[in-house]
Amino acid sequence: MNKLLLLTLSSLTLFAGGAIEGEVQRQPLNVSAIIMFLVFVAATLGITYWAAKRTKTAKDFYTAGGGITGFQNGLAIAGDFMSAASFLGISGLVYLKGYDGLIYSIGFLVGWPIILFLVAERLRNLGKYTFADVASFRLKQTPIRTLAAFGSIATVTLYLIAQMVGSGKLIQILFGLPYELAVILVGVLMILYVTFGGMLATTWVQIIKAGLLLSGATFMAIAVMAHFGFSFEALFAKAVEVHPSHNAIMSPGGLVSDPISAISLGIALMFGTAGLPHILMRFFTVADAKEARKSVFYATGFIGYFYVLTFIIGFGAVVMVMTNPQYLDAAGKIIGGNNMAAIHLSHAVGGNFFLGFISAVAFATILAVVSGLTLAGASAISHDLYANVFRRGRVDEVQEMRISKIATIVMGIVAILLGIAFEKQNIAFMVGLAFAIAASANFPVLFLSMFWKKLTTRGAVIGGSLGLATAVMLVILGPIVWQQILGFKEAIFPYKYPALFSVTVAFVGIWFFSITDKSEDAQKEQEAFEAQDIRSQTGIGAEGAVSH
Amino acid sequence: MTKEMIEHIRNNPKYQMLVKKRSRFAWTLSIIMLVVYYAFILTIAFDPQLLGTPLGEGKVTTVGIPVGIAIIIIAFALTGVYVKRANSEFDDLSREVKAELEKELAKDAS
Repeated sequence: MNKLLLLTLSSLTLFAGGAIEGEVQRQPLNVSAIIMFLVFVAATLGITYWAAKRTKTAKDFYTAGGGITGFQNGLAIAGDFMSAASFLGISGLVYLKGYDGLIYSIGFLVGWPIILFLVAERLRNLGKYTFADVASFRLKQTPIRTLAAFGSIATVTLYLIAQMVGSGKLIQILFGLPYELAVILVGVLMILYVTFGGMLATTWVQIIKAGLLLSGATFMAIAVMAHFGFSFEALFAKAVEVHPSHNAIMSPGGLVSDPISAISLGIALMFGTAGLPHILMRFFTVADAKEARKSVFYATGFIGYFYVLTFIIGFGAVVMVMTNPQYLDAAGKIIGGNNMAAIHLSHAVGGNFFLGFISAVAFATILAVVSGLTLAGASAISHDLYANVFRRGRVDEVQEMRISKIATIVMGIVAILLGIAFEKQNIAFMVGLAFAIAASANFPVLFLSMFWKKLTTRGAVIGGSLGLATAVMLVILGPIVWQQILGFKEAIFPYKYPALFSVTVAFVGIWFFSITDKSEDAQKEQEAFEAQDIRSQTGIGAEGAVSH
Repeated sequence: MTKEMIEHIRNNPKYQMLVKKRSRFAWTLSIIMLVVYYAFILTIAFDPQLLGTPLGEGKVTTVGIPVGIAIIIIAFALTGVYVKRANSEFDDLSREVKAELEKELAKDAS
C-alpha cells in the first residue's frame, strides 16, 4: 500500500516522489536537445525584449494590459496545467499502472467546468490584479489581503520548490548538466522573463510551450496508433500481453482505495485548482467576462485532449519501451525511472532528433510554469502586501512596479537556494500541500466573498486561518510526512489527502465567526454585498469591461 | 456605485431575470459535472471491477476506457454549452440592463 501512496504522489509532484529520487545518474551530454533548447531560449528572450517595450504600467506588468484574447489565455491556462508533472508523471503512471493514470487525469480536468460556471466571470468583473482584490472587495483590506497574500506565497513557494528540484533532476538526466547549474539556469531565465517582460512575456512563453508540447505529444500518439493500425483494441491487447500486471492494467487498481480518500482527493483537485494564485491571475489578463469564459472553454478542450494523448503515450511506452532492452537497465527496469517513459518513447518513435525535441520541450515546460508561479508570488508581495497593506493604497504606480520587480528577483533567488537545499530531501508532500492550502484557505474565502452576503472580515480571517492551519497540520501528521519522512511507525492522521477535513473546517469556521459577528463594521460589510453582487453579475464598474 | 444606481438595477425586471436564469443554469451544470465525477470516483472506491469488465467477448478493452473518455468529453461539452448561452443570451440581457440604467439615470438628472 505504501508503494502505491508514493506512486500516486509522485505523479502529483513532478517526479519528486517516486522515480527520480535521491541520486540520479547523469547522462552523457545530449547535443541535439541542447541546441533545440537554446533555440527556445533565444526565441523566448526575444519575446521578453519585445514584451519589455510594451510593459510600462502596473496593469501591463500584472495582467499584460488586459489585452490577451480568450483563445490565447485558454492556451496559457492549459500550459500552466500541462506541466512536466502532467506530461511525464501521468504518462509514467499509465506506463506503470495503466488505467489508474486516467483516473488522475480526470480529477485534474473536472475542476475546470466548475470554475467556469461559478467563478471565472465574477472574478473577472471584480478583480484587478490578484484574487485578493476580489476577496477584499467589501471587507477590510489589511487583514484579508494579509491572509490572501500569505496563502498565495505559501502555495507558490511550495509549488516552486517542487518544480525547481524536479527540473534540476530532469535536466541532469536529459542534458547531462550538473544539478546546481540546472537549477541556477532555470532561476535566472525565469527572473529575466518576469522582471523585464511581466505577464505579457510570461503568457507568450507559456503559449509557445503549450503549442510545442501539444504538437510533440500529438506526433507521439499518432506514431503509436499508426503502429497498431489506429486500433485501440490492438494497442491494449499488445500492452496487456507484455505488461507484468497483464489484464490488471485495464481496470482501476487501488489508486483510490476508500471512499474518504476518494472524496478528499476529488475536493483537493477541484477546489485546489480554483485556489491556485497563478491560475486565478490569468483571468485578469483578458478584456472582459466574455473572454474569460472563452478562455476556460479552450483551456478545458486543450487539457482534455492532452490527457487523452498522455494515456495513449503511456500505453505506447508499455509496448515500445518496456520490451526494448535499449531503454532498460541490467535489472530490466526502465532507465531513469517510470517518469522517463514518455522520453524513451520519443526516442523509440522519432530517433535522436525527436528525443532532443521532447527533452527541450520538457525543459521549456518547467521554465514556463515557474515563471507563472514567480509572477503570482511577486504580485502578492508588491500589490497586496506592499501597496495595499504596508502603504494602505497610497503608492504611485512607478513605485509599485519597482517593488514587484525586486520581489521577482528575490523570489527567483529564494527559489534557486531552496531548490539546491532540497535536492536530497523528500519533497513528495509539497505539491499535495500546495493544493491543500489553496483548497482550504484561498478557495473558501474567495468563494464565500462572492456568493455569501453574510460573510464578514472576522469570519473570513478566522475561518481561512483555521483552514490553513488544519491543512498544514494534517499533512504533517499524515502518512507522507509523519511516517515516511519523520520515520514514525504509524501516522496519527490516516489519510494522505486532508482536503475533505480542512476545507470543511474552513467553511464551518467562516460561517460560524461571520454569523456571530454583530459589530457595526460587519453590518456595513453585509450591506455592501448588493453593490458588489451587481458588479459581479453585470460587469458595471469593472476594470476595462465597461462598454461606454 | 451609488445608492440610486443600485436601486435602479435591483428593480429592473431584466436584471432579475438575468440573475435568476444564469444562476439556475450555472448551478444545474455544476451539479451535473459533480454527479458525473463523483459517480465515477465512488464506483472506483466501491466496485472497481465494474469498470474492469471487458467490452465484449474476447475483448481486452474494458468498460472503464469509454467511460473515462466520455467524462473528459462531457466536461468539455458542458463548458461549451455554458459559454454559448452566456456569450449570447446572458450578455445581451446584461447589455440591455446597462442601457436601461443609463437611460434612467439621464432621466433622473434632467
